[in-house]
Amino acid sequence: MLSRVAERVYWTARYLERAENTARLVGVYANLLLDLPKGHTVGWHTLIGITGSEESFTVSYAQADERSVVRFLLTDTANPSSVLSALAGARENVRTTRDLFPAEAWEAVNELHLDAREHATGGVNRSQRHDYLEQITVGCQRLSGLFAGTMSHDAAYDFVRLGRNIERADMTTRILDAGVATLQEHNDSSGPLLSTLWINVLRSLSAYQMYRRHVRASVNGLDVAVFLLRDAQFPRAVRYCVDELAAALGRLPRAEAALAAVARIGRMVTETDPKTISRAQLHGFIDDLQLELGHLHGAIASTWFPAPAEVA
Amino acid sequence: MAHAAPVFHGSGRSEATQSITPIRRQQMRIDWNQYDPGSHFDELIATAGQPRAAARGLTRYLRALSDKDLAARKAAAELAIVEMGISFTVYSEGQNIDRAWPFDIIPRVIPAAEWAHIERGLAQRLTALNHFIDDIYGEQKIIKDRVFPAEVLAQSVNFRPQCVGVRPAYGVWAHICGSDLVRDADGTVYVLEDNLRVPSGVSYMLENRVVMKRVFPELFENQAIAPVDAYPTQLFDTLAAISPRPLDYPQVAVLTPGIYNSAYFEHAFLAQRMGAELVEGSDLTVGDDDCVYMRTIEGLERVDVIYRRVDDLFLDPEVFRADSTLGVPGLMRAWQAGKVALANAPGAGVADDKVVYAYVPDMIRYYLGEDPIIPNVPTYLCHEPKSLEHVLSHLDQLVVKPANESGGYGLLIGPQASRKERAEFAARLKADPRNYIAQPTLDLSTVPTLCDGRLEPRHVDLRPFILQADRTHVTAGGLTRVALRRGSLVVNSSQGGGSKDTWIVDGVIDGDAAGREA
Repeated sequence: MLSRVAERVYWTARYLERAENTARLVGVYANLLLDLPKGHTVGWHTLIGITGSEESFTVSYAQADERSVVRFLLTDTANPSSVLSALAGARENVRTTRDLFPAEAWEAVNELHLDAREHATGGVNRSQRHDYLEQITVGCQRLSGLFAGTMSHDAAYDFVRLGRNIERADMTTRILDAGVATLQEHNDSSGPLLSTLWINVLRSLSAYQMYRRHVRASVNGLDVAVFLLRDAQFPRAVRYCVDELAAALGRLPRAEAALAAVARIGRMVTETDPKTISRAQLHGFIDDLQLELGHLHGAIASTWFPAPAEVA
Repeated sequence: MAHAAPVFHGSGRSEATQSITPIRRQQMRIDWNQYDPGSHFDELIATAGQPRAAARGLTRYLRALSDKDLAARKAAAELAIVEMGISFTVYSEGQNIDRAWPFDIIPRVIPAAEWAHIERGLAQRLTALNHFIDDIYGEQKIIKDRVFPAEVLAQSVNFRPQCVGVRPAYGVWAHICGSDLVRDADGTVYVLEDNLRVPSGVSYMLENRVVMKRVFPELFENQAIAPVDAYPTQLFDTLAAISPRPLDYPQVAVLTPGIYNSAYFEHAFLAQRMGAELVEGSDLTVGDDDCVYMRTIEGLERVDVIYRRVDDLFLDPEVFRADSTLGVPGLMRAWQAGKVALANAPGAGVADDKVVYAYVPDMIRYYLGEDPIIPNVPTYLCHEPKSLEHVLSHLDQLVVKPANESGGYGLLIGPQASRKERAEFAARLKADPRNYIAQPTLDLSTVPTLCDGRLEPRHVDLRPFILQADRTHVTAGGLTRVALRRGSLVVNSSQGGGSKDTWIVDGVIDGDAAGREA
């Protein structure tokens, strides 16, 4: 498999995962705000924080109201992480590696991008937003299904796995971090409001149902953190993603550096119990996890992707 | 010269004209009596109301469709094209734009027996062309025997001195050829040109068929239409046959200039269908052992055969244009050493030239001892005094083309030019006769084409693809290109041209090409 192609496959998976996660996040957040009592300060700006895009947001938008944030996250092509940009990136990567992906995958990603672009206004409007977001999540899931069911599970598929799981672990830590931040702000308040918050943290990762099945506790910050960081069976938990990354890396040639990086993350997750550390420490721990995920990406890129000099 | 008239089987296969049930009946149907091909040769309709024999299954089916049905099928085809992502790339204003492929849903129909004749002619032609290229880079017997003038070769911009003495497998240099065919008003099919460098269009031929099967499945159930989808397999077999290493599974790569190339869609499409790697120049490197390697996740991996879709001059910056970033330094060295096969071979374009074209019938006689099966368009070489005289006295009837494409003088379409333009051109011709050829203006054949909801005749050409290595394959039909503007002869997709599916239909019941509808 060509190095250049490996890079494009990896980014295809990352972009699709990013589009799906962002769509879920917006959907859940819109829902959450409807449940909150009046006067609470949790606002749309939190989403800008979660996606780590404060800088590019403030360039184009004066205030973080619903319309601006939703447009920025879903359909703003100037935002490189918006759903539409991510889908365009995925489409471009599949287009330039069409010899590798199943032909149906090209049709599916092309269709998904066209639909998302065509109905962009519907995504921003409240009345059609639910349908719009569902169309995107379903479209991304369809592609995951196509990859899983019609692509040989060879090296190319391992790069799909790498891209998907690194992006997924990254998003899970970001959403969890936003929850932990709220936990710090509302140190002395408890009860129904916080429970609503944590339920929505789980929902934005489609984790609520599985949490309820596997964790026999009420929905509270620490148990949610433990579940999302350390569960080995839930596919969006960091631990699960790390295991998937390690398995995919184990099948690739010359994987030593990347395996070392992923082992470090694995150790961090299994050795740190969120219940035994302070909230500030937990926040710091999540930051460290994100840094390590960045290092893992660096190891993958330097091992298998074309060096920038070769591309020029 | 042999007249390439249709030849029909006498054997009866009456079931071939069985009726095809339309989807639903409504008012406002297609009335073939209203379709008037005029003085042109129409591929489907001989004269108003009289479809040609091979097209009768189609015309009968279409007659039963309403305008509304037809519009719905057209919309379905357009949707399929967008969904399938069939596109060609236009680069403008710094942006890379993917345009949907312009497609007309009315197919062009060719009787199988006529096609068998054309197929033989195309194979014959490419065989002779390959003999010629091999001879030119070898002993140059054809020049010594005074069949082909040395001065024409001396002027060739596509002759590559670096190729002299190289002996590619089977003596074949042009492995993939796209020959453009046109039909004149009297029904004669001519070869207009042979594209031997990097001919494109075959992916659209394949995708057009997929679209047609989606939109008109009924038509395929009830007629014997030759399938076209063997091409990728035949292409792979052709490429595998020239591998320098006798392997069961040679490593084949398609070399593309990259995503900004207008034919990128096709490069990716063919690589995918062949299961070959699609590589860019930066993916390849030539080692000290003169072998070509690609950069993979495992490290370097040897490549045996490269189907290159990059022009000669960009192939290797060490030998040709030094500023080329599309090629691979050392690639020519690897090819000359026989460590990698290139298709088409560098230098094959020497036979893809308007003056050389005029000598193809002579090549066929010289190398094969046969008469050409498909005629050339009569071509006057202005460096011959007699021809020049004729051209000058018939400028108002001829198309004059610069022989040497880098001449940049443009061409003269005699019948459309003003008296003053012709006079100016005549002066240029006299000053530099070697630089020009002239051909009669052809009245290209037409096919009914859906224009603003109704069927009107539009001019077409046809580009079949011929593959050659140890064996020769010809596509069943080819890519029919259509000039979508009324009266236009320009079929190029970047200039308002579109394309049609091309059907080779078997089972014509009688030799009456212009028979009445039953």
